[in-house]
Amino acid sequence: MKTTLTVFFKEVKENLRDRRTVLSALIFGPLLGPFLFMMVTNTALTRELNKADQPIKVPVIGAQYAPNLIAALRQQGLVPLQAIDDPETAVRNRDADAVLRIPQGFGTSWRKGETSQVELIYDSSQRDSDSSVGRLKSMLESYSRREGVMRLVARGLSPTMMAPLSVDERDQSTPQSRAIVIFGFLPYFFVLAVLVGGMSLANDLTAGERERQSLEPLFANPVARWKILLGKLGAIGTFSLMSLFISVAAFAVSGKLMPAERLGMVIDLGFSFAWRVVLMMLPLVMLLAALQTLVAAFAKSYREAQTYQSILMMVPIIPTMLLSIMPVKVADWMYDIPLLGQQVGIMRLLRGESVSAMQMSHCVVAGVVVAMLVILITAWVYRSERLAISA
Amino acid sequence: MIEVKDLHKHFGEVKAVDGVSFVARDGEITGLLGPNGAGKTTTLRMLYTLMQPNHGQVLVDGIDVARDAEAVRRRLGVLPDARGLYKRLTARENIDYFARLQGMEESLIRTRREQLIKALDMEDIADRRTEGFSQGQRVKTAIARALIHDPKNVILDEPTNGLDVMATRSMRQFMHRLRDEGRCVLFSSHIMQEVAALCDRIVVIAHGRVVADDTPDALRTQTGEANLEDAFVKIIGSEEGLAA
Repeated sequence: MKTTLTVFFKEVKENLRDRRTVLSALIFGPLLGPFLFMMVTNTALTRELNKADQPIKVPVIGAQYAPNLIAALRQQGLVPLQAIDDPETAVRNRDADAVLRIPQGFGTSWRKGETSQVELIYDSSQRDSDSSVGRLKSMLESYSRREGVMRLVARGLSPTMMAPLSVDERDQSTPQSRAIVIFGFLPYFFVLAVLVGGMSLANDLTAGERERQSLEPLFANPVARWKILLGKLGAIGTFSLMSLFISVAAFAVSGKLMPAERLGMVIDLGFSFAWRVVLMMLPLVMLLAALQTLVAAFAKSYREAQTYQSILMMVPIIPTMLLSIMPVKVADWMYDIPLLGQQVGIMRLLRGESVSAMQMSHCVVAGVVVAMLVILITAWVYRSERLAISA
Repeated sequence: MIEVKDLHKHFGEVKAVDGVSFVARDGEITGLLGPNGAGKTTTLRMLYTLMQPNHGQVLVDGIDVARDAEAVRRRLGVLPDARGLYKRLTARENIDYFARLQGMEESLIRTRREQLIKALDMEDIADRRTEGFSQGQRVKTAIARALIHDPKNVILDEPTNGLDVMATRSMRQFMHRLRDEGRCVLFSSHIMQEVAALCDRIVVIAHGRVVADDTPDALRTQTGEANLEDAFVKIIGSEEGLAA
């Protein structure tokens, strides 16, 4: 125990003196996620909000052929702009989100009671214009419906003739669950904070010591190698944990600054969310510290270790990706798989649903068991003769 | 006292150490001399339990290395070929770290450390971070770190490697002092003059085997060469890898 503590304090002290480690482990690593998250969602949200509030400006060609239609659209918030010569090019060059073209014969067919045609020119690959196009379409449809009803009434028919079926939508999403669409990648950021927090230490404490040839004199001391390993794992875990705390705190703050409720979403990253996340992530802190050390133990140099670490960083993306590509129903067994369990659990918390004590304990216990296993493997690798010898 | 009996170590096909036996006694300086690649470092690594021999036995103060490696390491002070200081720690902190790993009391650490710092004449660098230390300063720190627990047996792998004349001189004086304190001092070198100047006993290793084991004078008579350098060349059988 004393040996482990000695190693632990020495490693923490030594690494706190390394500005690069401190910057990456305690500032860039944990804050990158929240920062990106704030940037992206804020820009996206503000843009959506602005669009919803603002009148849509659409160039209209042949407005003079359908004055009634234009008047009705104006009432719904359309601002018709001057006709332009080449609407197709304008849309493709994103000079306009959409262009409305009314043919010359619009009035004639309208008066005959036939179907009149208007053209909506847009580019569906420009995601940016989706909301304008969608709003314009629904304006046109509602005008069409209204006039259709008028025509039926004028001929003495019931308007219900035209609507044999009516669909009433009952959306069961909650403000929290709507938010999930945007926040789906949040669990990965927590894992990333843990990984980045421990990365440079894991490299330094194994591959780095080996490269600087200090492992050989260290192992000449009368202490068991596994005790040294535990001290090192403790130091790595401490940095990872600090990074996780900072990340969780930063997300809590950024959640407060988000104008999510204006979109009818609720995002609660506050204390009750935070402590559950930390609890679920604790076994991962141990597991990832051991994995990073194991990976670094196979590397001959710091640089080589860094390459392996960046590959390791890709692994936790897998559950996040899988779950977003194929949205499977969450089953209880998922909590027994480290990384997947955390992903599933944190997502449930985000949706404002509860994670039962049973699921929580499965998540934690499974994580701890796997972490122990990896620590044992690492300790076994640490016993190897070759580990200490740098040349 | 360090006893080595018929030590073997091979890496794949390469027989790095192929039957080495010798005894390093207390109160004597024993020099392990041999050309580069003769198996000196590998032999020493097996003594301080970093490597396990494929065959053979090592006894330190009568304790079998294979039986109780930790007890052996407690009786050894080791300056490995790789000095490996922690560059973000000061010289004092480097020494303290190893002292704590030896399980020493804090008060004892303080007195021992200051004694060593004084003996090695490193007061001026003791509170500097070791990053940017000269080779000599690095070796001094590593030696202080290795001897902090007052070991009876001292193993030094090429202790004067990379040192200038003054630093080499003071290193030799320090080694004499260790011997006069009654310790068993075992060191390796590929430099003949150094071994000749320092040793009470010389063990010559070539191609993983001991080719001679005697006092400098006896070696001279044995080979019939008055000059020690010629004696070595005769013993090893070639001039390859030896520095004057």
